[in-house]
Amino acid sequence: MTPTRTAFLRGFRHSLPFFVVLMPFGMLFGVLATEAGLTLTEVITFSLTVFAGAAQFAALQMMQDQAPLWAILATAMAVNLRLLMYSVALTPHLGGAPLGIRAIIAYFLVDQSFAMVMAEYTRHPAMTRSDKIAYFFGVVTPVMVMWFAANLAGAQMGQAIPPEYALDFAIPITFLALVAPLLRKPADWVAAGLSVTGALALAGLPYGTGLLIAAAIAMVAGALVETIQTPQVAP
Amino acid sequence: MSVDKTVLWTVMPALAAGTYLLRFSFLGLLGSAVLPGWLQRVLRYTAVAILPGLVAPGVLWPTATGGDPDPARLLAALATVAAGVTFRSMLAGIGAGAATLFAAQTLLG
Repeated sequence: MTPTRTAFLRGFRHSLPFFVVLMPFGMLFGVLATEAGLTLTEVITFSLTVFAGAAQFAALQMMQDQAPLWAILATAMAVNLRLLMYSVALTPHLGGAPLGIRAIIAYFLVDQSFAMVMAEYTRHPAMTRSDKIAYFFGVVTPVMVMWFAANLAGAQMGQAIPPEYALDFAIPITFLALVAPLLRKPADWVAAGLSVTGALALAGLPYGTGLLIAAAIAMVAGALVETIQTPQVAP
Repeated sequence: MSVDKTVLWTVMPALAAGTYLLRFSFLGLLGSAVLPGWLQRVLRYTAVAILPGLVAPGVLWPTATGGDPDPARLLAALATVAAGVTFRSMLAGIGAGAATLFAAQTLLG
């Protein structure tokens, strides 16, 4: 077996456990999107083109709340800003690949693939570039298949679930569950706390504006707390 | 509430293009350009700064109850965060939140 093929299969094997997270998360999107009136085609088109779970949930909720277009887009894009960080962090490893390959890699840049490949590249600094690329595609293959299969299954279920089973609280629970494991340092708690208090205090502002202001304040506050808490290292 | 189809078909392509550009940015175009340290630090906090605020009004003033605070939903939100933080797991959070919501709705209902 060629080394490239070995790297692909290793990535594939490593990402299989994501099944546990991706199936319920993806199914929930299918269910809620269907409940919101999206057809099967629309659910799949949404996932296929955007391919970013958290932003899809955010956009779905705000569209249901009849928020203005600019607020929907601003919030969903803000949720996705972390992808910019992923793009920055992967460039030293994959930036030398041909443009076409980089264009495809960019599409598949999601939380799961990023976390997994960064850990692997750090563990094995001697990996060649083609091995790194093969590993990346090994990781994203099951992620993609599971995500779309889960969406489809969820959309089918959504059509079967009668509307009286109010699923209104599924999105809040999903988002809180997504964020909770990220709350590690004091700076994370400060940012999350300001996000909540700011969004509540500014809830009277026209839809979406209050949230964006609160989020901007929370992001800067998080970064400030981190700066204060990080000991200055002499060069 | 149903989603307006014109809004949907405007949001989808715009969000798809914007999201792809974020992913492609450095990997595809900017290469080894360096994002300033302070900006990287600020960007690290996007998830924790946006998602809690996004759901906070809906947790405190649920649409389903006409905006009145609902003990079952508040308890479910607290259980979700507590389990998610304790077990460092999204699934634990969802499980605890859903279980608490149904239990509280049944008991308090």
